[in-house]
Amino acid sequence: MELLSLLIWLPILGGALVILIGNDRADTAKWLSVAISVVIFVMSLSLYTDFDSTTHLMQFEEKASWISYFDINYHIGVDGISMPLIILTTFSTILVIIAGWEVITRRTAHYMAAFLIMEGLIIGVFSSLDAILFYTFWEASLIPMLLIIGIWGGDNRVYAAIKFFLYTFLGSVMLLVSLIYMYTKGGSFSILDMHNLSLTAAEQAWIFWAFFVAFAVKVPMFPVHTWLPDAHVQAPTGGSVILAAIMLKMGGYGFFRFSLPITPDASLQFADVVIALSLIAIVYIGFVALVQRDMKKLIAYSSISHMGFVTLGVFALFFILKMGADGNIISINGGSVEGALLGLEGAMVQMISHGFISAAMFLVVGVLYDRLHSREISTYGGVINSMPKFTGFAVLFAMANAGLPGTSGFVGEFMVILGALQANIWYAVLAATTLIVGAAYTLWMVKRVFWGPVTNPAVETLNDINGREFFVLTILALAVLIMGLYPQPVIEAIHSSIEHLLNQALTSKL
Amino acid sequence: MMNTFQFDTASLLVALPEIFLLSSIVVILLLDLFLTKGFKQVTYYLTQASLLITGILSYSLIGQPETLIFGNSFILDDMASVFKVFMMGAAMVAMVYSRHYLTQHSLFTGEYFVLVLLSILGMMVMVSGYSLLTLYLGLEILSLSLYTLIAIARKRSSAIEAALKYFVLGAIASGLLLYGMSMIYGISGSINIIDIAAFASDSNLGSRETLIINFGLVFLVIGIAFKLGAVPFHMWVPDVYEGSPTSVTMFISTVPKIAAVAMLVRILVDGLGSMHAYWSDLFMIIALLSIALGSVVALMQTNIKRMFAYSTISHVGFVMLGFVTGVVTGYGAATFYILAYVLMSLAAFGVIILLNKKGFEADQISDYKGLSKHSPWFALMMLVVMLSMAGVPPFIGFYSKFFILQQVISAGFVTVAIIAVVFAVISAYYYLQIIKSMYFNDAEQELTITAPMDMKLVLSINAILILVVGLFPDFWMRLSLSLF
Repeated sequence: MELLSLLIWLPILGGALVILIGNDRADTAKWLSVAISVVIFVMSLSLYTDFDSTTHLMQFEEKASWISYFDINYHIGVDGISMPLIILTTFSTILVIIAGWEVITRRTAHYMAAFLIMEGLIIGVFSSLDAILFYTFWEASLIPMLLIIGIWGGDNRVYAAIKFFLYTFLGSVMLLVSLIYMYTKGGSFSILDMHNLSLTAAEQAWIFWAFFVAFAVKVPMFPVHTWLPDAHVQAPTGGSVILAAIMLKMGGYGFFRFSLPITPDASLQFADVVIALSLIAIVYIGFVALVQRDMKKLIAYSSISHMGFVTLGVFALFFILKMGADGNIISINGGSVEGALLGLEGAMVQMISHGFISAAMFLVVGVLYDRLHSREISTYGGVINSMPKFTGFAVLFAMANAGLPGTSGFVGEFMVILGALQANIWYAVLAATTLIVGAAYTLWMVKRVFWGPVTNPAVETLNDINGREFFVLTILALAVLIMGLYPQPVIEAIHSSIEHLLNQALTSKL
Repeated sequence: MMNTFQFDTASLLVALPEIFLLSSIVVILLLDLFLTKGFKQVTYYLTQASLLITGILSYSLIGQPETLIFGNSFILDDMASVFKVFMMGAAMVAMVYSRHYLTQHSLFTGEYFVLVLLSILGMMVMVSGYSLLTLYLGLEILSLSLYTLIAIARKRSSAIEAALKYFVLGAIASGLLLYGMSMIYGISGSINIIDIAAFASDSNLGSRETLIINFGLVFLVIGIAFKLGAVPFHMWVPDVYEGSPTSVTMFISTVPKIAAVAMLVRILVDGLGSMHAYWSDLFMIIALLSIALGSVVALMQTNIKRMFAYSTISHVGFVMLGFVTGVVTGYGAATFYILAYVLMSLAAFGVIILLNKKGFEADQISDYKGLSKHSPWFALMMLVVMLSMAGVPPFIGFYSKFFILQQVISAGFVTVAIIAVVFAVISAYYYLQIIKSMYFNDAEQELTITAPMDMKLVLSINAILILVVGLFPDFWMRLSLSLF
């Protein structure tokens, strides 16, 4: 087995081993889990160090026959779009395992194992180059999340878990039907072959919407976002972190890997719809976040709002450039190739940055929840008095969430807004309101939770964060700052693939 | 084309599995009379041994050239042999599970095993039957044994009710089937499938002949749909599933389904394949209705056996979709689906029976509350089965649905595929209800597992196979395809 296969199967086998160790030997299980996740993370770093950023071609490819009757292959590989997401996955998994250390006292081994297995499955999603392999990982990753929400979740966990599962399941089956349809047309389940499959306008429209249902539910986009607040509020902290940091990115990744290259003409045709929905998510959901009383719900809505930037950045390109009859890219309204690239790369950066920030925000809420078992903003107030160190982190992450320059939250949003500016100034204006609304809901929450007088006597007795929490939050703080101050390595790594994607998206299949 | 009946001993070898099984039945039936109470287990072991040997005999016949014997009324081909091997395997597993159930509920009698073997003999005749009458004979051997099997719990009024209901409705269905057969016989002049096929595919077929064949065809389809339990001939399924002793429910929902598919293939594909355009329309309606009704009505069930009854109806719908396509790959997909379904259904009922103990049937969904805490391993097994039935990869249930959908789409029925997957999502809800009970709820009562080791072992292998065959489905897909 080569590197990529090891990254997929080691966590899954490790998870199985952790289950075998059992809940009775929770300490062994925990240490083993953290060891596995660290090893996987270190291994995944060589995806970055050995990565050739000058090409858009797939790297670390492996191919073996799987279901030969349909010519379905175990075909995996990464390019600039999937590589950062895989590293984000391995990184976040360490955090959630450490974050659950003392908090999860019930069925600890199973909890750790669920996250390890999910890690392997999600890496499988990001590296699959065969549609059925992709679908298998895509669906299978629902199972551990279903159990995590349902077993370790809050009071209303059953409702949230089943809603989560059915929503995403319904989205995915449409994806399956369209994948099979393309197979009957082109005779191959290879995703790269599908990129070159010629489809009529009507077929593209159908396939585009089937893809859209699958990916929009995952992102999630307005109006199919309603499962997310429920799932987030009920999930345990670790579940929320993985959900926000990684699972939502599977939807964004789907747009990059499937929608744009396979249905470029339909993407052009329906780009305005997608952009409208993205802007609704950014603005309207931002206002919805403003009125939340539950901290997790607030962050969940903020996630939806921020993920709106991803879809906006992706689909704005159709209003910046088009393909001329002679095969040359020509601009619309004086837009430039750089502008379209800014949008796409901004979307990628936003996905990674949101992975850090949302993880951090959910961990911050988790720290408070572990102490007072309440997510209500009104329970708190004046937390800084008893938890000064913690408040420092919380404020940093809140600023990042609001898009403060110097943090990663700023980079992605700024790039997307710059891109959108070339598409249509109103897109940019509307998107930029998030910098105000986002600041409003985040800082208002900070004000009510951390500043002000202590109204709840329990707050005075809070212990500041311990070494474990300090460690986790420090790592995330570093990630947020490094990504904010020096995003260049990420942008360089993704550049060739994004450029290639831009060409694919602009090349008509008709 | 008339065949004079020739008898030579060599042709008996072709029917060796059936002949062996029949002899064992006679031996076991007689022997059981003389076994004293302490030796009743002997019947069980003899049953398993006969099933095993019959399976081995069938296996040894795989790859033999296609042979017709007994005046063209009995066929040996790979489909027959492979189906028989699978039936024996499934029946052996079912017997392992049954034994626990029967002991717990004081139903352990020699007759039970003899009746099971008899019904399997009937199924083997259905699988190999190549004339309408042979098929009918096999079907009746099967059905009569099943009616009696259900009534074996003679002190339970629900079992008697189920048996009677099954008997009355089954008799009507058999009558309709016979009526259809008589029509086909009347116009084609033969009861042999081979002659019927030649007659029906004759290009000079007049409109009068076509009309009468179609007339008969409708009744044949009804009879087959009834045996499969497809909508709108499904009324007996929930009541029989609920009323029968669970081990019999398990048996009814697994092995006879293979035989029913075989009978379908013999009559409609081998015999009237050229009339596909006529019966596939009927099948399309029946299949979609089954998928829809099975998925929706199951949502409201609180009894797990009733729920599985509706789930079966919806799975049967998927199988029938495979036959709608009218191509051999579609039939292969349907075969793969039914074999996958049998594997899943065995494991599902296995878990139900596992939890059975004296006076406790474990037939309510709420009985599974907290199972994951009490017995994480078997809760995991049930989780695998439920997700597989819901069609979630990487379990076999997904790949069987995938195969059917692929065939349906490549036959041009994209809308049908979309309808089918939407209902598959709806049906996921009730499978999730069981997962919910096992994993998300706390136990309301003490759950104890008293099942013997052999049952636990077989059940574990059964459930793990659902995953393993799901991960490596290629061989099984090709095997199913090679039968046509």
